[in-house]
Amino acid sequence: MTDVERLIQLLARLPGLGPRSARRAALHLLKKRETLMGPLTQALEAVSRTVRTCSVCGNIDTLDPCGICSDGKRDPAVICVLEEVGDLWALERTGSFKGRYHVLGGHLSALDGIGPEDLNIAMLVERAQQDTVKEVILATNLTIDGQTTAHYIAERLRAAGVSVTRLAHGVPVGGELDYLDDGTLTAALRARRAVES
Amino acid sequence: MFRLRLTGFRCYESAQLDLDARPIVLTGANGAGKTNLLEAISLLAPGRGLRGARLEEMDRHGAPEGEGWTVAATVATPGGMVEIGTGHRPETVNRRVVRIDGKQSRSQTGLSDHVSAVWLTPPMDRLFTEGASGRRRFLDRLVFGFDAAHAGRVSAYEHTLRERARLLREGGDAVWLDTLEGDMAERGVAIAAARRELTARLARLCEAPAGLFPGAAVAVTGQVEEWLDDGPALAAEERLRAALRDSRPQDAAAGGAAVGPHRSDLAVRHLGHGMPAALCSTGEQKALLIAIVLANARLQTAERGRVPLLLLDEVAAHLDAGRREALFAEILALGAQTWFTGTDRSVFDSFSAGQAQYVAVRAGRLEPATGRVPF
Repeated sequence: MTDVERLIQLLARLPGLGPRSARRAALHLLKKRETLMGPLTQALEAVSRTVRTCSVCGNIDTLDPCGICSDGKRDPAVICVLEEVGDLWALERTGSFKGRYHVLGGHLSALDGIGPEDLNIAMLVERAQQDTVKEVILATNLTIDGQTTAHYIAERLRAAGVSVTRLAHGVPVGGELDYLDDGTLTAALRARRAVES
Repeated sequence: MFRLRLTGFRCYESAQLDLDARPIVLTGANGAGKTNLLEAISLLAPGRGLRGARLEEMDRHGAPEGEGWTVAATVATPGGMVEIGTGHRPETVNRRVVRIDGKQSRSQTGLSDHVSAVWLTPPMDRLFTEGASGRRRFLDRLVFGFDAAHAGRVSAYEHTLRERARLLREGGDAVWLDTLEGDMAERGVAIAAARRELTARLARLCEAPAGLFPGAAVAVTGQVEEWLDDGPALAAEERLRAALRDSRPQDAAAGGAAVGPHRSDLAVRHLGHGMPAALCSTGEQKALLIAIVLANARLQTAERGRVPLLLLDEVAAHLDAGRREALFAEILALGAQTWFTGTDRSVFDSFSAGQAQYVAVRAGRLEPATGRVPF
């Protein structure tokens, strides 16, 4: 196998890329050796050398504790619990959450052999017991396993004396009621709240 | 359904039918593809279709790998004509693609706004004599026609049941078990309540004999149902949760769970002579099943203003001439688009000229048939 073929094979393993798009990506890199391939190689090398998992929240960063955990401007009283780092990035993109995070690294699944000890749960319970923490927001996915994980964590946090909340579900921003499915509408009706005046 | 198109589906490379609301009679030799066509139609409703097959099993035999299949139909609904398409594409491995009026639908549940389908197939002839799981599936399908969320609850419940079984076998964390049992109790009681409500409404319609079809007493039986008879749903949830906790040692040894809506059963009795369905003759069992399906169609028409598609595979041939005529008359009166299959066209002779549409199925090809062609 030539080096180029090996590059294509590795690129094809990336999510969202198949053999065809991997070939196109490889060709593009070969054409832009100076302007793209060089800097990309350096960036990959640098990140692979410096990346680590935050020992406090499970985020991925080049620092430990991560940039968010060590940011004094972020509210230590609120912790938002997520399944994956990708979920953290999604929330950060909104720029609307100023608290801290806790990344579980997946969800409970007995069928896949993933138990509480495989997830970053013990650390969360420990964090929640600190006096500074007042609220834990459960933002696991709304899948069956994601919800079981949320219920499980709520149970484990009961003794910590923090307020446990979860994300609202209901009408999406820009959504038209007419097009919503019955389940979403029912959830939205149940989670209604008073209009602030 | 006014137009049906299939590509790459089982024995069909490509086929199209233009139809009207009248009953459709599919005739053809064994293995010609009649049931495959009914299966394709059953996929226009949520679920895994009338054979419960996996998506790739329905790929055309001998098709190039990754070709997938599609079923598309133009359906008349109370809200107007709707274009529905569903299929299996290689890039969406375990997910059925659903398009409604050209727009991709996020889940199959959207289908239930437009189509509901009920079927009777030859393996269901043993519905009353075999295990309760077939009867629960049959009942659940009737519930889906009224409450689309029921399907999601049933599959979530079954998933959690399997999770709990695995955890018990491997000796898991007690808090985790509590959590799973809490979820099971909540969904389990919702499932039992939905089944119980529909059965009660259906029972009223099934009591009176319809033509030559016997009156039937229909009820759903089980521990959770009894708790719902005794008190409010919240109390039943609490009792189910406690019962699951108590049965842990037993369930760890035996697998599954000793209590829950997965243990319920649909009990049917022939009101003519009072015998349970399982003890009735084969013909009587079939007549009881048809009586329930017809009652369900009447209930949907009354409550939802729409008639379900009825897919009756090899049903007519097993009825005596009198019952067959009664069935045809009942179907015509209901106005339900009903698909019949049969090897022998003469079985359908009691439809008078113009009352039904005939389609000949030959080795994966469909030909509208008009004349009285013997097969």
